[in-house]
Amino acid sequence: MITVSNLSKTYKDTTVLSIESLELSKGEIIGLVGNNGAGKTTFFSLLLDLIKPSTGHIENNKIRVDQSEAWKSTTAAFIDESFLIGYLTPEEYFSFIAGLRNINKADLDTFLNRFSTFFNEEILGRNKYIRDLSKGNQKKVGIAAAFIGAPELVILDEPFANLDPRAQMQLQKLLREINQDLGCSIFVSSHDLLHVSELCQRILILNKGELVKDANRGEISLDALRAFFTEEIAEGETTPSPTDE
Amino acid sequence: MLKTLFSLELKSLFRSPTWKQNLWMRILIVFAILYFVLIFLSLGVGAYYIIEKAQIGEPFEVINRYLIYYIGFDIVFRYMMQPMPVTNVQPLLYQNIKKSTVVHFSMLKMLYSFFNWSHLFFLIPLSIILTVEGQAAGQVWAWSLSIYFLLLVNNYLNVLVNQKNVVFAIVASLVLGSATLQYFGIFDITPYTQVFFTALFNQSWLVVAALALLLLMYFSAFRHFRTRMYLDAGLAKKSEKTISISENYFSRFGKLGLILRNDVALILRNKRARQAVFAGFFFIFYGLLFFTGAVEAYESDTWKLFAGIFVTGGFLFSFGQYVPSWDSQYYPLLMTQNITYLDYLKSKYTLIQVFTVATTILSSWYLIFGVEIFSYVLLGAIYNLTINSVIVLWGGAYVRTKIDLTSNKKAFGDKNAFNYKTLLLTLPKIALPLAIYGGFNYTLGPIAAKISIVVVSIAGYFLKPYLFKTIISIYQKEKYETLKAYRS
Repeated sequence: MITVSNLSKTYKDTTVLSIESLELSKGEIIGLVGNNGAGKTTFFSLLLDLIKPSTGHIENNKIRVDQSEAWKSTTAAFIDESFLIGYLTPEEYFSFIAGLRNINKADLDTFLNRFSTFFNEEILGRNKYIRDLSKGNQKKVGIAAAFIGAPELVILDEPFANLDPRAQMQLQKLLREINQDLGCSIFVSSHDLLHVSELCQRILILNKGELVKDANRGEISLDALRAFFTEEIAEGETTPSPTDE
Repeated sequence: MLKTLFSLELKSLFRSPTWKQNLWMRILIVFAILYFVLIFLSLGVGAYYIIEKAQIGEPFEVINRYLIYYIGFDIVFRYMMQPMPVTNVQPLLYQNIKKSTVVHFSMLKMLYSFFNWSHLFFLIPLSIILTVEGQAAGQVWAWSLSIYFLLLVNNYLNVLVNQKNVVFAIVASLVLGSATLQYFGIFDITPYTQVFFTALFNQSWLVVAALALLLLMYFSAFRHFRTRMYLDAGLAKKSEKTISISENYFSRFGKLGLILRNDVALILRNKRARQAVFAGFFFIFYGLLFFTGAVEAYESDTWKLFAGIFVTGGFLFSFGQYVPSWDSQYYPLLMTQNITYLDYLKSKYTLIQVFTVATTILSSWYLIFGVEIFSYVLLGAIYNLTINSVIVLWGGAYVRTKIDLTSNKKAFGDKNAFNYKTLLLTLPKIALPLAIYGGFNYTLGPIAAKISIVVVSIAGYFLKPYLFKTIISIYQKEKYETLKAYRS
């Protein structure tokens, strides 16, 4: 579904992302891990055509994202609060997104039912603007809205951050269910190795802008994943150059 | 301690994104300040002699009579424009600094505000002239100082009533109301206030009273802030009552309706956007300068058309020139959703149209000056509806000012909206119609000139689809730059 070829992003002299080739297939939950500055958000921004690649391109369903906008009807994302409209109530925001994706009111309500435990009665019917919600609740609104209309691909940047432990567990379950029921491919980034190893069918590790690991769940255990980062720390102490796998 | 705080303040000024963004803005701010300083200065130097020449009474008496309006309008302008003393207080709360020090600092900092020191450019030359013209120097300076204290009282009064629109409405309508009553010769408040200001001159010791009043204001404002220095009090983010907007009404317009509904919410629920509406409302009265013969230079017909464009175009200019900046806080969302640029622009366009029609209807009271005068308002409205409502969106495409919707009071901070491209685009907005009108008026007479404006407007209306296409291509071309500017 996603084909990355020769992609790189350079600011002045620093290359913040460089991926020669990558294929993501339909229907998977894919996890992207890496330290701060590894290029996760840059990669997501390139996928969403929010920044321009320095070289190469990304195809989404055979559509080059930097040339056509047709991918917008099959792709949704929640990256940060700039994907929320602060002066709307959650209900208004949901119905705005639903309207853009041609989902009627009844279908929207059924869809949102799925999120009722996740919302924990703190989102709907509270008569509050989104900007007045807590960070965690804002995140819940953004994540739920991304799935409205069951897009083929949903991109979530750090969906677990800022959520309380219970909401994190619920979210994991929800993402799995949505992936199975609606067939959405989900591309998440996270700093939490446990969540990624439990949730994702495929795990990508970015380090200093380069893809250093690409493994299916069966191929890499949580311990191996942890070891990867501890190793990197140990190596980082002796040799500052990134590990090559 | 105050020194440390002051250096923090300087850093926050010079490192702010708006300041760093471009040279144009800095130059414009400096020019704006110089312009106002010059106005105050010429008023201070000239007031005495202008009044003397106009022979409307003994100059000093006349000055004392009208001082009430000087002070009255000062508070109105302060309310609308003066930034509040926003020291970034929160990080200081956890530090070893007394809360009262922080408050004193924020309050004293205000004295450096343009709204305070600019008056000195009026009062000092005026006082010098008064002594030159034979008033006793000691008394003049005491009087002058008293007035300055009263203006500073305004400063802290503004702090106290800030955010309270009701109080502001009362004060503003008192000031404007008494001005209007006086203009139509119904009731004149100035003989009563004159007594007061003359007393400030005759009884020099009253300066102590003025100072006492100032101190009283200062300490009430101080207490107001000091008691609210808690995370759950004054520093808390206020969560507002929601204003509901009917969904059904907009649903009939399809996707355009969805965006339009958001835009209505944008205006109703955000201070900064509401300010644009207020500006539009105030522009309605702008025509008074032109239509009443108040300013001699504005007597010509061409200037009356100029007034017509502004009277009906206040919202158009104040809102339109910041499209798409109004949506800067969630621009990435809009860029990843299935929204066409055309729908987006049409929504803003519709909004501008509705407001222009509304202001035109509200401006119909200009009919009391005659049909001829009102015809200029109508011509302005027609030109605004057909041409300017599109051109202003064009200009907006180049403006990449991030707008913080929840804060207002940044009248001087947003001047970077004037980059050279937007300046160029004011040509078709204002200069073009004036040139056409002036040209025809001069050669073929006023009727032909009026018809020419209508014809140009109709032509502009048919050019609309083409213009929209141009604007959309600019939006597409500038997409990444715009996103980048909004992110920082």
